[in-house]
Amino acid sequence: MEILALLGDGMLIALQPLNLLLIIAGVTVGLFIGAMPGLGSVNGVAILLPITFLVPPSGAIIFLAAIYYGAMYGGAISSVTLGIPGASTAVATTFDGRPMALKGQASLALVTAAIASFIGGSVANIIFTGFAPVLASVALSFGPPEIFALMLLAFATFVGLGGEDIPKTILSICLGLVLGAIGFDQISGAPRLVLFDINAFLQGIGFLVLAIGVYGIGEMLWTIEQTRGEVENNTPKMTARGMASDARTALREGWKGTAIGSFLGFFVGILPAAGATPASLMSYGVAKMTSRNPEKFGRGSVDGVAAPEAANNSASTGSMLPMLTLGIPGSPTTAILLGGMVIWGLVPGPRLFVDETEFVWGLIGSFYISNMAALFINLAFIPVFIWMLRMPFTILAPMIFVLSIVGGYAATRDMFDIWLILIFGFGALVLRRLDYPLAPAVLAIVLGPIAEPTLRQSLLLSSGDPMIFFTRPVAGPITVIAIILILLPALKLFRRKKATPAIGE
Amino acid sequence: MRYGEILTAGVLALFSIYLMVKSAELPIGFIRGQGPGGGAWPFWLSGIMLICCAMIALNWWRQTSPPSRSDEPFLDGHGWRTMVFVGGGLIGFIALIEIISMYGAVAVFLFYYLWFLGRHSLALSLTLSLATPLLFFFFFEGMMRITMPTGMSFTDPVFDFLYDIIY
Amino acid sequence: MSITKRALLQLSCAGLLAITPMAAMAQEWEPRRPIDFVIMAGPGGGADQIARFIQSVAEQHDMTSRPLVPNNKGGGSGAEALLHVNAASDPDHTLLVTLNSFFTTPLRQANLGIDIQTFTPIAMMGVDPFVLWMHVDSGITDFEGFLAQARAMNGEFVMGGTGTGQEDSIVIAFMSGAYGLDIKYIPYDGGGAVARDLAGQQIMATVNNPAEAKGFYEAGNFVPLLAFSDERLPAYPDVPTIRELGHEFSYYNQRAVVGAPGMSDEAAAYYRDLFTKVYESEEWQGYLQSESLAPLWMDADGQRAYWNTQVESHRVLLSRLDG
Repeated sequence: MEILALLGDGMLIALQPLNLLLIIAGVTVGLFIGAMPGLGSVNGVAILLPITFLVPPSGAIIFLAAIYYGAMYGGAISSVTLGIPGASTAVATTFDGRPMALKGQASLALVTAAIASFIGGSVANIIFTGFAPVLASVALSFGPPEIFALMLLAFATFVGLGGEDIPKTILSICLGLVLGAIGFDQISGAPRLVLFDINAFLQGIGFLVLAIGVYGIGEMLWTIEQTRGEVENNTPKMTARGMASDARTALREGWKGTAIGSFLGFFVGILPAAGATPASLMSYGVAKMTSRNPEKFGRGSVDGVAAPEAANNSASTGSMLPMLTLGIPGSPTTAILLGGMVIWGLVPGPRLFVDETEFVWGLIGSFYISNMAALFINLAFIPVFIWMLRMPFTILAPMIFVLSIVGGYAATRDMFDIWLILIFGFGALVLRRLDYPLAPAVLAIVLGPIAEPTLRQSLLLSSGDPMIFFTRPVAGPITVIAIILILLPALKLFRRKKATPAIGE
Repeated sequence: MRYGEILTAGVLALFSIYLMVKSAELPIGFIRGQGPGGGAWPFWLSGIMLICCAMIALNWWRQTSPPSRSDEPFLDGHGWRTMVFVGGGLIGFIALIEIISMYGAVAVFLFYYLWFLGRHSLALSLTLSLATPLLFFFFFEGMMRITMPTGMSFTDPVFDFLYDIIY
Repeated sequence: MSITKRALLQLSCAGLLAITPMAAMAQEWEPRRPIDFVIMAGPGGGADQIARFIQSVAEQHDMTSRPLVPNNKGGGSGAEALLHVNAASDPDHTLLVTLNSFFTTPLRQANLGIDIQTFTPIAMMGVDPFVLWMHVDSGITDFEGFLAQARAMNGEFVMGGTGTGQEDSIVIAFMSGAYGLDIKYIPYDGGGAVARDLAGQQIMATVNNPAEAKGFYEAGNFVPLLAFSDERLPAYPDVPTIRELGHEFSYYNQRAVVGAPGMSDEAAAYYRDLFTKVYESEEWQGYLQSESLAPLWMDADGQRAYWNTQVESHRVLLSRLDG
């Protein structure tokens, strides 16, 4: 009960006129930052930090949390409307969001994303409120072997993502993993894979560079080439009634994905180093595996949008947990929020929950209010984004190119990366034309740099003994499940191949 | 297409070999008591890539994958033209960034695409290609405080003026 | 046609207006662009926190006419930041917030072609000491206990750090050398991750800056065992220094602001003045105290000399590490 009283006080703080205004402004700004390919909550939070000197610390962190929520909702918008995942957390949203937009169901996809995000965020907030301290100790029990086992589980969901052509899918995964290994070897500190001895490769290749190249440039070039520049405009006009029926459809067809994403997302999100990307990917995989119509996934399934969107919102809320309870950043964004706390004279760490109750509960209260505000503001802006989609393709296409390049530069601030984006774009066009699936590469470049160091840290811990992944109480079961999941499709394939001649007879 | 398939597989195979050679600059084996060396992860993954390329080539030879059966050209005449105009436009765009600034390059590229490729009216093309960079300037520099390349020094007066507005 | 005319008019207007600040510049240099405030570390680390704190102080007191724009370039142990600043097209508006990788990365990566003496010294904001920490649940309360445990475990004692060649690994290498310890060192990707895994007891001990471990210390999770500073730290008066144990060694992480190579003297003078003001501000002095940073204020020539001695001592320390 004490928790509820504290939460009530927190919500009242968040509902003070100035704070409410900050929430609305923050969510709106965040929505547009998130919708811009290349920019995400990290940029929003980092850059708006100085503005917050105008308001007291509690208002400031509420404003930043509102931006955080807005940006998470916004991430789905560019995934659906432009087909460019603005952040790694939104890659899984493109799998079904983009096909829906191409089928003329962009508004249904956006409404689904908004509602799923809201439910994911709410579920996460409720779990957060009730069990924060307990969950913090769970998060701490995840060391390198556990994180690696989790990455293995995320890779298991890859198996279902590729196309028909297995060697091309595996090649795509490996390409992503190797590109992610460029730069420095974290364990030995030695430079590695400095391609063609160009020093600029020392900084590695970021996810955004590959994603913007593949989706913003490659996919666009492919569309222009395929359609000869005459893309049919089948996005219907937006009406209030249409939106209401979209909302009903979203709930009816997407409840399962939403539920899976909300819970799975939160638990993956609280784990250090894991974060929202594997969370959204795993939720997508689980939703597909447990669905009655798995064949609809990848072709515009409502569940396929709901699961990753619920998960990435839920996970992002979850990643606040290690920050507030332990003072440990769960993501780059929360890292900057932590910096903000230091500037405001708060000491992040395990004492924060006890010493700064007003601040902590004000923030948690503002999570609830921000989430609510984000839902309504997002729904209100959906017609604007739909209107943008209805523009002639010869206007939309150059705008997407410009957004990709400008957004890409904003994210990396490096001209070398812009040239890389272009090279990846042309490469992606060729591979796309030859039926190579590219989504596995884009996800692998995110997961590789988490998987490899944790694998090697674990082996250092065990002096090279791989049994460490099986003998630890938490890592063991996860590893076993992951291996079964990876082998299952291979077994099926083997059986099917055996069965084919029988049918032929 | 059939030709493109084997050519691409060949290029990817060469790239995999290059990556393997490059990874081998660091230890690629299992170091006793420590686990894999620094080059092991990319080396063996590139190795798998090479095997995949071989399998793609095998499928090509047996004609089991759709692209290896297709007689359709990789890009037809129209396709090549589009790629040269759009792709070339993008190369020009990025090359211009360091000369006439990000915003200048955006304006030029948009005008080129809208007016020349999109065949929109001059008024529309000009309005969009001038309004967009201006809007971007206030969004990125004013609100987000992200500075974009300002090109060579002859653009300085314009930017000094613009920065005086926003700060 | 009319549109071109308008554009021309705008251009000339812009030119005219631009003369005004230029006239003012004749007396004193002022930045005309947002200042690229490059940070040699990713978001969230100690260096990032300090850079953002400095930025916030400058912002709060409205000290600059153009904002300092933080730009995280942490890739490759700071190599990314060094290359970026070294090739800056506008050196008058490019600053670098450094840590010790400013010395170690060019030493370890000779092929980068970075000569740190070409950079422009601006301000030494303070130096960050290192402390050896263990988890309370280990039951160990002093350095003697640590030594006994590390020796007893015979190569199975696990410490975490931010990577071979990084600041903490240098300290750990010195300590193991001095006491003949065989320690298993696990590299992580940042000081935050190291502190987290000590809190979760995935690793047994760390060498962290007080700022990174302070929260856990105050909550009673971490015990400080040994400080690698010249004198005892005011915030941890009971913790002995390695000097008291008879080793001529101390190690600090520098928190300095450096200008790009080729920065004009006027600009350098402006920034020195700016960061002197930041340094003297109540906020920064408070930060130094609360995060246990030691002041080490010095002028431009002093900084250059300091760079030289640091490069030399790091050359020795690194060779010990690799050997």
